[in-house]
Amino acid sequence: MQNRITAAALLAALVALALPAWAAADAAADSVAPAAAPAFTLQSTSGQQVSLAQFKGDVVMINFWASWCSPCRQEMPLLDSIYRKYKDMGFELIGVNVEPDPKSANAWLKATPVSYPILYDPQSKVSQLYQVQAMPTTVIIDRSGTVRFLHRGYLPGDENAYLNSIRSLIVQ
Amino acid sequence: MRITALLLAAALLALVTGCAPIQPWVKPYEREHLADAIMALDRNPVSSTYLNHVFESREGARGATGGVGGGCGCN
Amino acid sequence: MRLRTLAALCLAAAPAAAGVLPPDRADALYHRYQGGGITVQGPSILVQKKIGDHFSIGANYYQDMISSASIDVLLSASPYREKRTQKSASAEYLHGKTTYSAGLINSAEPDYKANTSYYSVSQDMFGDLTTVTLSYRRGWDQIYRDIKANGVIVNDPTFHQRADHRVYGFSLTQILTRNLIGTFDYELSTDQGYLASPYRQIRFADPNNPIGYSLANQIYPGTRTSDAFSAELKYYVPYRAALTAKYRFFTDSWGIVAHTLQLDYIQPIRHHWTLDGNVRYYRQGAASFYSDLFPYANYSNYMARDRELAAFHSITLGIEASYAFSIPRLTWIQKSTATLSFDRMMINYLDYRDALYSKFDPASFKGGAEPLYTLDASMFEAYVSFWF
Repeated sequence: MQNRITAAALLAALVALALPAWAAADAAADSVAPAAAPAFTLQSTSGQQVSLAQFKGDVVMINFWASWCSPCRQEMPLLDSIYRKYKDMGFELIGVNVEPDPKSANAWLKATPVSYPILYDPQSKVSQLYQVQAMPTTVIIDRSGTVRFLHRGYLPGDENAYLNSIRSLIVQ
Repeated sequence: MRITALLLAAALLALVTGCAPIQPWVKPYEREHLADAIMALDRNPVSSTYLNHVFESREGARGATGGVGGGCGCN
Repeated sequence: MRLRTLAALCLAAAPAAAGVLPPDRADALYHRYQGGGITVQGPSILVQKKIGDHFSIGANYYQDMISSASIDVLLSASPYREKRTQKSASAEYLHGKTTYSAGLINSAEPDYKANTSYYSVSQDMFGDLTTVTLSYRRGWDQIYRDIKANGVIVNDPTFHQRADHRVYGFSLTQILTRNLIGTFDYELSTDQGYLASPYRQIRFADPNNPIGYSLANQIYPGTRTSDAFSAELKYYVPYRAALTAKYRFFTDSWGIVAHTLQLDYIQPIRHHWTLDGNVRYYRQGAASFYSDLFPYANYSNYMARDRELAAFHSITLGIEASYAFSIPRLTWIQKSTATLSFDRMMINYLDYRDALYSKFDPASFKGGAEPLYTLDASMFEAYVSFWF
């Protein structure tokens, strides 16, 4: 009898433990309620001050990344090829590095360079503005400056979702 | 009896987390140090398993030797 | 022997990690233990590999090859042959923030066969700051006894016992600050069946015997229930080092109470080296039915003289050096390390005496007046690890 109660409790615990996760995993969608993309200005790797406002009229993808985040590192070469393909069609890709000390990021970029601009956010101002809740986070903004796509994390294959969003926004 | 209590406590904890979302006080972009390899809770499982085995075969105590979690929290 | 097997089974069941699958890696280790008259050495090979984005499988092959004779063998002159092989396989499935894990372990030595299955569920919550893990482990043991027949060591056909184990675990890991992580771990273990050793014996004071005592069979309880609680804090030191403190409290139905305290310091040096220094203090009170020398035969319902159940304290000091290198031609290997580790364990028994003194020199040492036993042992590990 004691064993049965225990078994039932074990099953209940396992279900209760898993339930929120199953619900949450399906709820994480990439389309968001359209909202104006918060403005910001950050310093780039070349020392220039770069603002989001400069790119009004373009489709802008912002990728929040860090050198200590392995899915971020895995994703960046793919983002680079997306950038090269669409940059002449009014598409801009900005990498925002969230690390307080840029040393590790610079070292990694030296070994694995990308052709799109990288901006430093050492005080996490832009990360907070965009309410970054996972690493990496990818945001796509349409030509009028409205956030239309938000993706948390990176698993191989996610770049297809990016491409679908970019293609539909580029023709607008 | 103890097992049942333990499991029900865990179930309660799991349900609570679904109902009352707490804002994380360490943001995902602040986990740089926690993601460092030296901060992993079990850096070398092949070695820690061996040493724990040496101790447990000579001692009366057993169990509660490890935890999982931490790290970069990516994805 | 059997206690080693039990221990190994408990520990080979690694709990699941939540939110992220374990990294792909392969490790090859050589281990060597020397102490108390015995040498135990062998390999341990570990492989962990992701299949797709949601599955990871792991396998481990481990061997203990034992040579020489411990104080038990010298005391009772029991036959000796020991090679233990342990194979395990595990799988993990990640869905969102939940990881499900299951595994099987098989351990085989000439006089002990054990199978274990384990399951765990691990959940990330509160913005990935908290990980809660529930685990269950079930073991089935077959115990035999080696005897010498016609000069060959074989299993005693009249001796075949069983033991069952169940372990329930609850673990909570909490990120406390950007630099501090804490863990709380609880495990409830229950065992039933044959929990003794087929080879060891108790001794009781016997004035009729010139050495002052006689040997008799141990009598163990048929069940055991234990609780273990541990707490750990790991801190990232600003100049890049890691400091760990861990405490465990153990108590069981056999009357054993034990405390374990561990401190660990990891210091990376420049680009390639990582050094690790650690100290472990362990203190245990004896089991209620343990005695080094019982006052008379049939003293109590349960009697044991296993030094694992005695009162003792031990200190273990360890150092480890790890060197990170890269293999230019094999670009699919992301990181490689070579590690050497050395530990020195010093156990002082408070109520277990070295009965070899009375056995081999009864004139000088009466039973019960021998010096307390001390055990100094060295553990050496050399391993290479590859991440890909």
